[in-house]
Amino acid sequence: MSTTIEPTPAPKTHSMGHSMKRKEDPRFIRGHGRYLDDFTLPGMLWMSLVHSPYPHAKIVKIDKTAALAVPGVVAVLTGEDLAAHNLAWIPTFHGYDKQMVLAVGKVLYQYQEVAGVIASSREIAQDAAELVDVEYEPLDPVTNPYQSRDDKIILRDDRENKTNHIYHWEVGKRDETDAALAASDVSIKERIVFQRCHPAPLEPCGILADMNPATGRLTLYLTSQAPHAHRTVVSLVTGIPEDKIHVISPDLGGGFGNKVPVYPGYVVSAAASVVLGVPVKWIETRTENLTTTGFARDYHMDVEIGASKDGTVTALKVATVADHGAFDAAADPTKYPAGLFGIVTGSYDFPTAFTELDAYFTNKAPGGVAYRCSFRVTEASFAIERGMELLARKLNMDPSELRLKNFVRKDQFPYPSPLGFVYDSGDYHMTLRKALDMIGYEDLRKEQAEKRERGELMGIGISTFTEAVGAGPSKHFDIMGIKMFDSAEIRVHPTGSAILRAGTKSQGQGHETTWAQIAAEELGLDPQNIMVEEGDTDTAPYGLGTYASRSTPVAGAAIAMASRKIREKARKIAAHLLEAPIDDVEWTNYKFQVKGQPDHTLTMQEIAFAAYTNPAPDSEPGLEATYYYDPPNLTFPYGAYIAVVDVDRETGAVKVRRFLAIDDCGTVINPMVVEGQIHGGLTEGFAIAFMQEIVYDEQGNNLNTNFTDYMVPTSLETPHWETSSTCTPSPHHPIGAKGVGESPNVGSPAAFVNAVMDALAPLGVTHIDMPLTREKVWRACRQATTA
Amino acid sequence: MKISMTVNGKRYERDAEPRTLLAYFLREALGLTGTHVGCDTSSCGVCVVLLDGEKAVKSCTMLAVMADGHEITTIEGLVQGGVLHPLQQGFWDQHGLQCGYCTPGMMMTSVALLKHNPNPSEAEIREGLSGNLCRCTGYQNIVKAVQQAAGAMQPQPAEPVAS
Repeated sequence: MSTTIEPTPAPKTHSMGHSMKRKEDPRFIRGHGRYLDDFTLPGMLWMSLVHSPYPHAKIVKIDKTAALAVPGVVAVLTGEDLAAHNLAWIPTFHGYDKQMVLAVGKVLYQYQEVAGVIASSREIAQDAAELVDVEYEPLDPVTNPYQSRDDKIILRDDRENKTNHIYHWEVGKRDETDAALAASDVSIKERIVFQRCHPAPLEPCGILADMNPATGRLTLYLTSQAPHAHRTVVSLVTGIPEDKIHVISPDLGGGFGNKVPVYPGYVVSAAASVVLGVPVKWIETRTENLTTTGFARDYHMDVEIGASKDGTVTALKVATVADHGAFDAAADPTKYPAGLFGIVTGSYDFPTAFTELDAYFTNKAPGGVAYRCSFRVTEASFAIERGMELLARKLNMDPSELRLKNFVRKDQFPYPSPLGFVYDSGDYHMTLRKALDMIGYEDLRKEQAEKRERGELMGIGISTFTEAVGAGPSKHFDIMGIKMFDSAEIRVHPTGSAILRAGTKSQGQGHETTWAQIAAEELGLDPQNIMVEEGDTDTAPYGLGTYASRSTPVAGAAIAMASRKIREKARKIAAHLLEAPIDDVEWTNYKFQVKGQPDHTLTMQEIAFAAYTNPAPDSEPGLEATYYYDPPNLTFPYGAYIAVVDVDRETGAVKVRRFLAIDDCGTVINPMVVEGQIHGGLTEGFAIAFMQEIVYDEQGNNLNTNFTDYMVPTSLETPHWETSSTCTPSPHHPIGAKGVGESPNVGSPAAFVNAVMDALAPLGVTHIDMPLTREKVWRACRQATTA
Repeated sequence: MKISMTVNGKRYERDAEPRTLLAYFLREALGLTGTHVGCDTSSCGVCVVLLDGEKAVKSCTMLAVMADGHEITTIEGLVQGGVLHPLQQGFWDQHGLQCGYCTPGMMMTSVALLKHNPNPSEAEIREGLSGNLCRCTGYQNIVKAVQQAAGAMQPQPAEPVAS
């Protein structure tokens, strides 16, 4: 079955829920997008980085002579040079650690940045970088968090505590959970590894730093998912007053969490521009992107579930060892070192649960970004959805039946989870039943039984995840102390068009379209005439940016609330113009109307004109509003995904024959955009399940340094996606929306793996860690048949 | 060395270092920044341009000097007489792009694909585009965009003759 969402022209005053074609596309399809590397400035210099070939080594000496002798080379910067400006180290996002900008004393991972060469062209900078002579004294590397745990080699001698252990985090009731697990009729326990992977947006990271000595202002063109947060970080680290820093995040060629952190290349370029007083540009290579910038996952999770004989779950325990690499640079909110991992009880009503996590340093690149997911929600969802599948297998129960038996019921919302969240809304039974129905589950099980008779391997995998997104309420969520609200500013012009600015930053999500749709719906204006602008800190109101599916839950709400403030003011103007008491003026059918007098109406356009030409006597002229929205709770989108696979036991090849995703993200602003987000997220989930991994060998060498070794699926292997939806609006969001961009990447890996494990069930295979490459599947088949 | 080429119908003569890649020549010497660069290994295809009106080439895999005397079409040359190319229309109509970074290369590859096979099946489109990576769309709507363009580019059927 193929689903098709055709674009439809949105009516001029009612655009919500319509598949309006995207307003940003005309420039992209003409090649007129403006991405970072498209910006050039007169007199601009180029920066190129020198990287360490060793994963762990002392730096004995850095000799710049040969590099400096190259005509066109202006400067070579090292960690020591930066130290003179107090820039050798910068704080990590949640403030528990700091990271080197350029290596000082020693290097801690392969490809770590050791020096920066500034020259008159890209090529000269690159050539000269190869001439920087660094003498190293190699040290034994630690490449695995379990090895790191024994503290035989201390990686971070700069820290007060001489241990590789970074922190312990836990939530829930340990004793109660242990007792419940011990008393369970049935239980499962499995180590489930969510491998290290990388978001790898097609546009690499980069910066064009422009210090203007005449104005004293530093303009940073930056590949930034969070331009305001980056402006504040730059100010805090450098002491440059924030009004003298201007961050411009232009069109972004994807982000997926990779463009949230601050990277050494940014700092070196900005420092060079400040010192030299000329613009300096750095554009990352693909190898630099994959080897040094924010990786994701690398969680090793011991999952235990207890249940009674009839399949009712009794307890969940997950103990995780996290590999954070050389610095604790995970981009999580301050109070949540393991992000929102507490969502690990998923869609199920566990009477009790406990989860703990220990994070360790290793000689690998730092990171731990939310790669197309809310902080650590993908790891948690994978753990519980794999765990439930293993439990179903152990109980010899259909996995759909086990889920339906244990789902949080519709009447339990708002549902307080045992690990501390309050889920806003959902109808898990309805959504899974719809999925089972749509895919023809019973027929597929019959077909599978027949195939098994013939020795063929077919599998059906289910994943019914719940996400926690939209960080977040200011009492719980901050990054470096900055609360995670978001904002919108709307100015309605005299002739009834408008400009809308928000603290978010689209990387392909289509905010220029969907933000306009929200405001248009609330104001009765034509979305085609609401211009949306993001990413410029001089003009946009302060916001924390776009990641963790927070844009629609937080900024989307701010847009609705700013619109409603405008509507309130417009109502006063309407009362003045209609010569009616304000209480008699109501907003009906996208117009103001005097109660009971349908011929006495005013459109928002008419009111906008009056706001500038004939304002009400007791009101300010103009028609604009700003709103900072502090969400009362997170939102909890969820879904039911089903994958159908055939496995060739002779080659290990897996064919994803069908994949159905039913998503419930509450109110939908633009179905076409939502469907596009789901297609993209499923494709990334598919990539993670079957091919994507950043592997380090035992010597600490990164084996996936470019797109020939780090596999991104092409059109050829990507399956056809079937999608549908249910809608349970968020009760606390002004328009009931929950956010969707990440659901498919969070929910789908478990569906793929569950399907393959289901296919391999006749061979007795219960678990293989991702990515499920042909080789791994083939080996599992072979072991099973020769055992 | 001095090279000359016709890009989007306009003739250019410029100096180019022998090692300059065509992608950077187009972007930096001619200011045509619609052609992007996304990897170091000719894997991603965001730099694809059309050589001599029919061959899709990865412009990061070709030296500028190799294009001396040739004709290049980039994304900026697709609009003709102010009218969008059917592929541009298709990508817009079918939501065939999100961040837009792969889009120019995807469309230029599709131009060549449709030139050689005006009526491709879904499988042929998927195979034809398999040298171009997209991280956002999952390709499904890109396939639909190419199908729409193929339909729009079919020669109009002759009027049925009245019997």
